[in-house]
Amino acid sequence: MFDELHSLSSTFGESQAASEVDALGTHRQIEVYPTETMLAKRIIPCLDVADGRVVKGIRFVSLTDAGDPVAQAKRYDEEGADELTFLDITASSEKRNIVEDLVRRVADEVFIPFTVGGGLRTVADIRTVLRAGADKISLNTAAVENPSLVAEAARTFGSQCIVVAIDARRSNSNATWQVYTHGGRRITERSALEWAKEVEELGAGEILLTSMDRDGTRDGYDIELTRAVSSAVRIPVIASGGCGQLHHFYDAFTLGGASAVLAASLFHYGELSISETKSYLRSRGLNIR
Amino acid sequence: MVSVAIIDYGVGNLRSVEKAFAAVGVDAVVTSDKTALTQAERLVLPGVGAFATCMSEFNRYGFAEVVLRRVKERIPLLGVCVGMQMLFEESSEFGSAKGLGLLKGSVKRFSSELTVPHVGWNEVSKRFTSPLLNDVDNNSFFYFVHSYYCDPEDRNTIVGETEYGIRFASVVAKDNVCGVQFHPEKSQASGLRLLKNFAKSDVR
Repeated sequence: MFDELHSLSSTFGESQAASEVDALGTHRQIEVYPTETMLAKRIIPCLDVADGRVVKGIRFVSLTDAGDPVAQAKRYDEEGADELTFLDITASSEKRNIVEDLVRRVADEVFIPFTVGGGLRTVADIRTVLRAGADKISLNTAAVENPSLVAEAARTFGSQCIVVAIDARRSNSNATWQVYTHGGRRITERSALEWAKEVEELGAGEILLTSMDRDGTRDGYDIELTRAVSSAVRIPVIASGGCGQLHHFYDAFTLGGASAVLAASLFHYGELSISETKSYLRSRGLNIR
Repeated sequence: MVSVAIIDYGVGNLRSVEKAFAAVGVDAVVTSDKTALTQAERLVLPGVGAFATCMSEFNRYGFAEVVLRRVKERIPLLGVCVGMQMLFEESSEFGSAKGLGLLKGSVKRFSSELTVPHVGWNEVSKRFTSPLLNDVDNNSFFYFVHSYYCDPEDRNTIVGETEYGIRFASVVAKDNVCGVQFHPEKSQASGLRLLKNFAKSDVR
């Protein structure tokens, strides 16, 4: 590699030793590594916010204002979080402007990607949040009630910024997983696997998959569910719900086929830090930033 | 007169790019005013989503003429993400769409064998030194979100490469035209460094 390095002075890319380079690059060859990629596995902390304040986020003792989303986001950024997710649980829809302001303040000071979800129902809602500086938005209930919203949003803003969040619970017959909406309060007729494939078709760029069976249990991610969904689609799957120990992250990646893992309360209560999570995963051979 | 003008043609999260420049002390503005584009010392061409949509919006604003003219005047131009792809001749996305043709080559889709889009932090290995990557370590991580990649005809223009199923061009540069496939404004310290390099480099 380094024998190719040579200094360029005044322009970005002018080659001063073209012949040298020609010798290396005349015949372009595309090497294919179908399984091996250097793409890092992502660790995503989730922050619940209401009325522009963090209601469930990490309790950093050093923060004078633990409810300030910007302070929390900056701290997670320093710790090495790969992305952030804000879940807006503000009850009233008249308070959209508070969310917009929050997004703007985070975007001004945090230079890692972040997703905003919760209560977005229309293309106009999505536009407001993206224009304020969010990198991605996530849709849950609104997508189930109106699947064409996913297609319209993907067409308007690009698949890369449309995440569909799926809350799934094992059915009574145990044979499959069913999709729930309204923060897990309402059951639907949809199977999580079928819905995942459908949102991929509609243009979703990622799936945030939460196991309601595991959420809050600390028993580990639902590997079977994660595996089933990640094998059914070609878009990245973010595993969520149930993480309680370091090896749970590892299992979600290696056994579940997840591209990223999301955790809230684990980081929130300070039981694990992002940096120790990352060094553990690195020590087990995963590619971690 | 501003240092850096970020070209606003209604696409993408431009606020983040503007704020990232501000964080490294660079005076940058988001603008769709052609006079501002004519006067700026450097131009940034952003872009997200579909190549064809970006190109048609860009053309609808009538920006091609001013951008091509500024490039001829040796004003540095940085394409980001789809903005980098737009520097090339064409993209195979949804049939075929024409790009600006400032760099020779085309834009292709990742193999269907891979998880697409390519989302997340991946490494950039340097092929050449470039002022753009000054003080950026070899194999630093940057944040990517894309389904298509640039395939430059001239390998001498590939400054940095990234591996995702294939080795693709993640940083390209030719004279005063350069492009990055990742989002420097979302790539923490390394990304901010790159933006600063772009804004401060002594380019003809």
